[in-house]
Order: sequence, then structure tokens, then C-alpha cells
Amino acid sequence: MAKIKAAIIGSGNIGTDLMYKLERSEVIELTAMIGIDPESDGLKRAKERGYLAFDNGIQALMDNPDIADIVFDATSAKTHVRHAKVLAEMGKLAIDLTPAARGPFVSPAVKTDTYLDEKNLNMITCGGQATIPIVHAINSAADVSYAEIVATISSKSAGPGTRANIDEFTLTTRRGIEEVGGADQGKALIILNPAEPPILMRDTIYCEVKNMDEASITKSIEQMVETVKQYVPGYRLKQEPLFDGNKVTVFIEVEGAGDYFPIYAGNLDIMTAAATRVAEDFAVHMLEKQSVESKG
Amino acid sequence: MKRKSDKPIKITEVCLRDGSHVMLHQYTEEQVRRVARELDDAGMHYIEVSHGDGLGGSTLQYGKSLVDEMKLIEAAVDECQNSKVAVLLIPGIGTVHELKQAHELGASLVRVATHVTEADVSAQHISMARELGMETLGFLMMAHMAPPEKLVEQAKLMESYGAQAVYVTDSAGALLPHEVKERIAALRDSISIEVGFHAHNNLSLAVANSLAAIEEGATRIDGSIRCLGAGAGNAQTEVLLSVLNRMGVDLGIDIYKMMDLAEHTVGPMIPRPQEINRGSLVLGYAGVYSSFLLHAERAGQRFGIDSRDILIELGKKKVVGGQEDMILDVAAELAKARKLEV
Repeated sequence: MAKIKAAIIGSGNIGTDLMYKLERSEVIELTAMIGIDPESDGLKRAKERGYLAFDNGIQALMDNPDIADIVFDATSAKTHVRHAKVLAEMGKLAIDLTPAARGPFVSPAVKTDTYLDEKNLNMITCGGQATIPIVHAINSAADVSYAEIVATISSKSAGPGTRANIDEFTLTTRRGIEEVGGADQGKALIILNPAEPPILMRDTIYCEVKNMDEASITKSIEQMVETVKQYVPGYRLKQEPLFDGNKVTVFIEVEGAGDYFPIYAGNLDIMTAAATRVAEDFAVHMLEKQSVESKG
Repeated sequence: MKRKSDKPIKITEVCLRDGSHVMLHQYTEEQVRRVARELDDAGMHYIEVSHGDGLGGSTLQYGKSLVDEMKLIEAAVDECQNSKVAVLLIPGIGTVHELKQAHELGASLVRVATHVTEADVSAQHISMARELGMETLGFLMMAHMAPPEKLVEQAKLMESYGAQAVYVTDSAGALLPHEVKERIAALRDSISIEVGFHAHNNLSLAVANSLAAIEEGATRIDGSIRCLGAGAGNAQTEVLLSVLNRMGVDLGIDIYKMMDLAEHTVGPMIPRPQEINRGSLVLGYAGVYSSFLLHAERAGQRFGIDSRDILIELGKKKVVGGQEDMILDVAAELAKARKLEV
């Protein structure tokens, strides 16, 4: 079966985990890992597994424009701002795993009609990927006026980027809860827990709704959990949803696939898994278009 | 009294912040005005005003504030002639946006709080607070959960970001006097900024621990009048001041006025006596974040289980400050397990 070519820029933890996820894809062919540090573990692993490995950053893509139609950016927000321009000029689809937010926010479980027209998509935050689908599910069943999420992650899974700019996490996630989740108003909290052995990522979602209907809310949540499970197998409800007046509380646990990250780092896993799923949607779309064109 | 620091001791009254937990975050502007006015008149050094979980804490997770904390901060600033108004900021809950807003309203000191092992999330907030010209202190919470060496490492990080003091924050009221001494001494010997201590009275040690901290060189000390703070409250301010006075330490705060404030203003405001009941005792015993108490009592009632069982289980799970959502989760789980047993 034909596949769409893709490259990863950023050979850090996220980029490396993404490599393993893409390896399993039936519609995407990973061709290259692009970093800036020839000694990075990600580039070494990419080379070992037979991918092109470049250490001169986005220049590598400019020199070899045919290696990818889809480009994942797992660098940093600042770097992606520069990359976004280059990728747009080259006509590449950009899937942005940094908090740069040049393009619209996306969760693969919550698709809009114009989803496949975009050229640059932002993956929001790990807490956003874990909770926004649930906010959306409750919103479609009961109209959410206020949604609040609490993402608790193990200290070990919080990288220096997250730690140095934790406000970015809370503010970006809040925006995602409103723009993608559909809540009138959002709020996000993040807590780091240093317990050993490290805890699995857990998320609590509180929603205040306008049209309380326990049965249809529960059903909508359960369907959404199944949708997310398709790309994050370790995504599950920790408890039945709790109802109290106009308030719904949902507890989620996210166990990672254990690719590059240990299983407790569900927060990192859900980012790379969601990015892979978004890219696959586009790849299927591109392949369909190609087959129509070749027939025509 | 023999002290290992020659710097003056500064007291921060926390009843309008830590006490917010006890008040279920329902402080009215009038209450805040009156308490702030009388504290200012008594000569209190700093008065902390914020949601119990710091700026931005008004949430379903912790409890919504009746009155916007910014309004309360503004009111307290308005009432104070000499006392300075302080705020608490826990990165992950509040952001630099709320900090800027509080600063514009006249808050002049901020304590930036993290779990004892996670100081590096405070870098952006500490440096922003310094840029704003605020007095900026670090607050290492749940200090009983880490050994002194770890505390030193984390305090040094806060110092490197620009903090002007670091607190040993005994959020669970679990530290014993010798453990307080070890921690304060370790910090005093390894950082060049001031050292502070924040107590909770869950094991009835808040005043004793504060004295131990002062002897070892801590100069920033927290108290809550009438023990109006989470769990069994903090070092009872008017008691601590009286004891210090007996030991020959005069901090320039009028003890009679503090007693009157406790008796006539704060006493009648408190929903129930701030004594050490079985719940708050278990907080200190199991090492659990003090603001969990009332949440655990409510969850216990909702699911028909003893709130002590919930707190003990939370202690076992090494839950940290801010994880109030775990209370419902643990309660629901315990209730399920009970049903299975029956």
C-alpha cells in the first residue's frame, strides 16, 4: 500500500517517541529525523533504525524537499515560529507539537469540518489532549458553561521545557478547553507528583453544565473514551462519572504505550499518539486524492 | 532568647489566606477590611491575602471564592497604613498574570510556592516578581516529605532565581521539633538569603516548632490568629507573640490588640472551633496537606466512610498539595471496595 512520507524535526524525547509511533503506521512512511545535535540519542536511534538522520536542522529539509510531505515539529515554541514560515513556503503540512500555536488547536478525537483544509496544526498540550475530548463529549450532551481540568503527572515525566514555562501549559490548555472542547469558560491546573514509583498520568475533569442529563452525558463520555482509546490504548476512565447538581466529575488515567518513554509518562505518550493520528487522517486524505487524480 | 541570626524577625499573618480554607473561601470584603485594619493597627508586619490555594485558586477543585481575591487584596491594601499586603502564588494554579494584577493593586510581597522537590517550576514567577520590584520569597511546601539535603538543593534553586528568603513549609503539620531544627540549620548553613518557617498545628507543635525554627536562625515566621488556617491552623499568632515576649523578644506588635482582635473579630467569624480534632490530628500523623481536611470530611459523608480512612490512604499514596481531586477518587474507591467486602 502507498504511504505518505514524513519527517520529524527535533530529536529530543518527544521526537524520538514519535519515531516509534510512526514506525507502526500503515499510511505514513517516516523517512528522516532532523536534529541539531549529532550526539543526541534520538538521531543515533534514527540512524540505527535506517532513517536518514540530519544534524543541520530545517536546512536539511530545504536541501532535500522531497523527503517529506508531512513534517512533525518537536522542537520548541520559539523555533517553530521560524519553522512554520519555512514549512508554509515549502507547502508542507506542519504538525506542531510545541506550544507555539501558529495554526489552530486540534485533537484527533474532536474533528471539525474544515480540519483537513489546514496546513499547520497545533497539538495543544498533553493535559489538553487528555481532557479536551471529555469536555467536548460532555458539551455535546449537556452544553458546558464551565470546564476545569486538573492534570497530575509524575515529576519524572515533566521535562525542562514544561518546568521553565508552566504558565504556558495552563494558559494554552485553558484556551483549548474553550476553543476545541466547547466550554464557555475554561481553567486548567497542573500538578507534579514526585512519588516513587512514578504515578501514571491522571486527569480530573470538572464540568458545570446547562442541561443536566446523566444518562446521555455518561454515554457520550464512554463513546469518547473508546474514540481516544483507538490511538491511546492506555486511556481509561478511572471511576464512573460522578454527578452532583449541575456538576459532572470525570477521572481519567493515561498509561503510555512504553515506546521511548516508560508507561507512566502517559502525558508524553498521548501527545505523540495524537500527533500520529492527526497525520494519519491527513495521509489517508492525501492518498485518496492521489488515487482520484491518477484515475482521472 | 538565643538566636542563630541577628536579622530582625518578621511575622506574616496568614488568616486571610490559609484561613480561607476554613472559611470555605467565603470571606466577605467587610471581614477582610476589618481584620486587615485591626492587624495594621496592632503593628503586624505582613498580611497575606489570597484564595487558600493562592492566586487563581478559585476553582471547583479547591472551592470557588465568594468574592474575587483581587477585590479582597485591594480592600486589604486600602485598610493598611503600615502593614504590607502579601500574596501566595502556586505555579500550576496561578500565573504571572494574576501576580501582575495583585501587584498593581498594591500587594508588595509574594511567596512563590512549590512542592518541596519541584522548585524549578518557580523560576519564571520568582524572576517576574523581582522585575516588578516585589519582595519575593520561596515557599517549599510539604517539607516533611524530603530530607534536609533535598531541601537545601531546592532552596538553592529558588535563591538562584532571585528569591530573597526560602521557607520550610510544614503544610501537613507533620514535622517534629528536631526535624524542624535540622532543616532550618541545613538551610542557614547553605544559602545566604533569609530562612522562614510556616507551621501547622495538627500535632499541637506549631508554636514549639516555630520557636525551634527561630532559635536555629529562621527570621520569617508565619502565624494565624486564633489558629485560623487549614487543618488545625498555624502557629497561633497572638500566642506565639506572647511567648516570644516572655522570652524577651519584642517584635513591635501590640499583644493586647492582637488578643482583642482574636477575641472580638476573628473568634466570632470562625465557623467551628479551630481545635485539634481527630481529622486534623490524622493530617499531622499521616503527613497529609492540611487543606484536605474539610474536603475529606465532605467526601466521607458523601460515600459513607470515615474521613480518617481517606486521609490515611492519601498519605500512603504520597499525594502532594493541590491534589484535592484525589480525595473524591480515593473515597469512591474505598466505598466500592467496602461494597465488595459486604
